[in-house]
Amino acid sequence: MIQQLFDNLIAFFGDGSNILFLIFALVSIGGAVFMLNLSKVIHMVISLACTFISLAAIYILLQAEFVAVVQILIYAGAITILMIFGIMMTNHRELDQSIVRPLHQGLVLIGVIVLFGVIFYAVQQAVFPATTVDLATNNTENIGVQIFTLHVIPFELMSVLLTVAFIGAIIIAKREED
Amino acid sequence: MNMVASFLILAAILFCIGLYGALTKRSAIIVLLSVELMLNAVNLNLVAFSRWGIAPNLTGQIFSLFTITIAAVEVAVGIAILIAYYRSKGTSDVRDMNALKR
Repeated sequence: MIQQLFDNLIAFFGDGSNILFLIFALVSIGGAVFMLNLSKVIHMVISLACTFISLAAIYILLQAEFVAVVQILIYAGAITILMIFGIMMTNHRELDQSIVRPLHQGLVLIGVIVLFGVIFYAVQQAVFPATTVDLATNNTENIGVQIFTLHVIPFELMSVLLTVAFIGAIIIAKREED
Repeated sequence: MNMVASFLILAAILFCIGLYGALTKRSAIIVLLSVELMLNAVNLNLVAFSRWGIAPNLTGQIFSLFTITIAAVEVAVGIAILIAYYRSKGTSDVRDMNALKR
């Protein structure tokens, strides 16, 4: 019994990717929990940027190098900086006092825990076959080929969507002079 | 335990934290940031299934790229609405955003 436990532990920690997964999963969950508990808004954004960067490391563990680089570029680069701009242009001095509605928070907490329980049960019940695939070699090249052959229509629609959304954002945020 | 289950559990934890933050926080920017966290958890699911799923291939990664694009669009429009609202009302507290209710 004890011997098997130690064998399992040795098999788990003998694999380097498991240790890396453990470290980055703890960092990402810790960043998210700190986001809930910190009091200053700007500190919340910084701790969530920590979560985004460690998620990029987890993508590399899943053989998705291009998605990891895009994650760092878009999330840790663009979205965090945009959020900091938003904070600086609105209420950067205000502290976030959230303990004002204990009943509301308790109900939301119960609902979220029930949701997590359902997902946890479903994941534990599901059976996934142990397949092996090599996605790491020529990852960026293969993604580019697939985007421009198989997924070319969603790609073009995405460019139209980006243009429309950014023009709309400029018009919404523009100062009304009349 | 299978390797994919640990990634799915991590994604579920991040999704639940994001949901809790989006439903309880007062600052509208933090609500937007919590929605980003939920989108990130979904991305993690997509990439995990593209590596360890039933039929592993690159489609999950490509789909997660599209999701990241949608997330960037959403945050740009959200910040623009927030700035316009702050300019007209002088607050960014989500509890004060009830003009359509009155």
